[in-house]
Amino acid sequence: MRPFAYQRPGDVAGAVAMLAQAPNGTFLAGGTNLVDLMRLGVATPDVLVDVRRLTSDRIQELPDGGLRVGAAVPNSELAADQRVRRRYPVLSQALLGGASGQLRNLATTGGNLLQRTRCVYFQNLTTPCNKRQPGLGCSALEGYHRELAVLGWSEACVATHPSDMAVAMAALDAVVHTLGPDGQRTIPLSELHRLPGDAPERDTVLEHGELITAVDLPPLPLAANSRYRKVRDRASYAFALVSVAAALQVTDGQVRDVRLALGGMAHKPWRATTAEQALRGAPATADSFRAAADAELAVARPLPGNAFKVPLARNVIASTLLELTEAAP
Amino acid sequence: MIGAASTHGFLDRRTTWGHPLAWPLVVPDLAAGRKGGVDWSGRLVAAAFAPEGNWIVDVEIRLRVDGTQHRLVVDTRTTLLDALRERLGITSAKKGCDHGQCGACTILLDGRRANSCLALAVAHQDTDIVTAAGLADGQELHPLQRAFIDHDAFQCGYCTPGQLCSAVGMLQEAQAGWPSAVSRDLDADEVVLEEAEIAERMSGNLCRCAAYANIVPAIREVAGR
Repeated sequence: MRPFAYQRPGDVAGAVAMLAQAPNGTFLAGGTNLVDLMRLGVATPDVLVDVRRLTSDRIQELPDGGLRVGAAVPNSELAADQRVRRRYPVLSQALLGGASGQLRNLATTGGNLLQRTRCVYFQNLTTPCNKRQPGLGCSALEGYHRELAVLGWSEACVATHPSDMAVAMAALDAVVHTLGPDGQRTIPLSELHRLPGDAPERDTVLEHGELITAVDLPPLPLAANSRYRKVRDRASYAFALVSVAAALQVTDGQVRDVRLALGGMAHKPWRATTAEQALRGAPATADSFRAAADAELAVARPLPGNAFKVPLARNVIASTLLELTEAAP
Repeated sequence: MIGAASTHGFLDRRTTWGHPLAWPLVVPDLAAGRKGGVDWSGRLVAAAFAPEGNWIVDVEIRLRVDGTQHRLVVDTRTTLLDALRERLGITSAKKGCDHGQCGACTILLDGRRANSCLALAVAHQDTDIVTAAGLADGQELHPLQRAFIDHDAFQCGYCTPGQLCSAVGMLQEAQAGWPSAVSRDLDADEVVLEEAEIAERMSGNLCRCAAYANIVPAIREVAGR
């Protein structure tokens, strides 16, 4: 591991100011992804600014009926929060489907969002990777495809963002609050992460030294009828091959409103807006669910080793929406 | 390079500034910024300062482990697991994968189970750390330790300290009503720790001897009390 200086400033503003002075430094929260990448030699910061005790670790009610989740709230506490379980069950389920009990205790809300989009070649210093070192080439395209993207990838990078939590938050129209050298701003969660394009080294739109301070979950009554379905190679403690976060409101057999996002499919949590548009006003039937999924997946470009993801996603979208139709109040 | 990374636990035991050539050290004006000192045990402590100041790589920290306070100087790269095992001689937490995947290093941080291989020692100075060695009350074994013996819940025993700490934390989580990925009713106030619940909640602890068939009943017995 490259030597680094460890800093624990007194407050959030101090942390932002400190990192602005350290072009090769980074923020440290729970460390479950960053420390691992540092030990692998993939991440080589020379300064760590510890923000775990600086940002809020509380979940607060917002005046509009939403919730504000502090960036330091552990994944385990967010999953267990009674309000989240009742109002946004898709988020609890997504969190509980991710990592292990030990990791969920360490991992924070902000850190979960900023875990690296990655694949096995990114994590292996012996295999070229454009994300690790731009211009080196992509080993994954001609390699092991099983966990790679089928949507929105580029010749430069075909890795997937592994967060479950972020997929649920994308479906819930969550909003990210940040503080950076240029002040505060808010970013819709579905616009926080990037598609790789020709700059796969950038996972998010955040500038250097910009810190996530909180995530807002807006009031969304239909989210009370929501679900996270994750398909993976083993029953627990594995990344998604395909995951679906869905919330559904059905009136008189018709889809009144819907939220849909996909995990394991792209370089970022994939908000399925094409499918959502196709679904609004459509009959709540297996046929229209499959048709909406097909519309979303029409732009999929599967590789030989992950072509299974397209029909898998189609089937999981349809079955999840059917389950929500049956569960609808 | 990955091989070099995996040996860093040994390199961390150096007492003066020195890094293997495989790891280029970029410290601006090192000679001008270098400063030496003597730590509590009389060993030389190396420190380096970046131009903006305060770039300290070896730092003196306090750790409270199993009820005992320790003061030691560590390289900032030292994980909690390496600090416990290599510096303090507390070898209860085990090094398995060293990447957060096997759970052999599981300890309790302020009562919550966590992987000590992914936690930096400098970041957990104000934390109450408990290893499996600190679970017993004097000569009286923790109920989970007793149950693991009664149920023959291990073969080689290497994963056992991590399994025990994880089970202690898991039972507290269940007691607090935390649901799991297999909970049928996400909104239930009370958690019933049936076999599937225990298996899911303990999925962060691998057992290469596959003693799961006895680990789950051992935990279930204590959960039922």
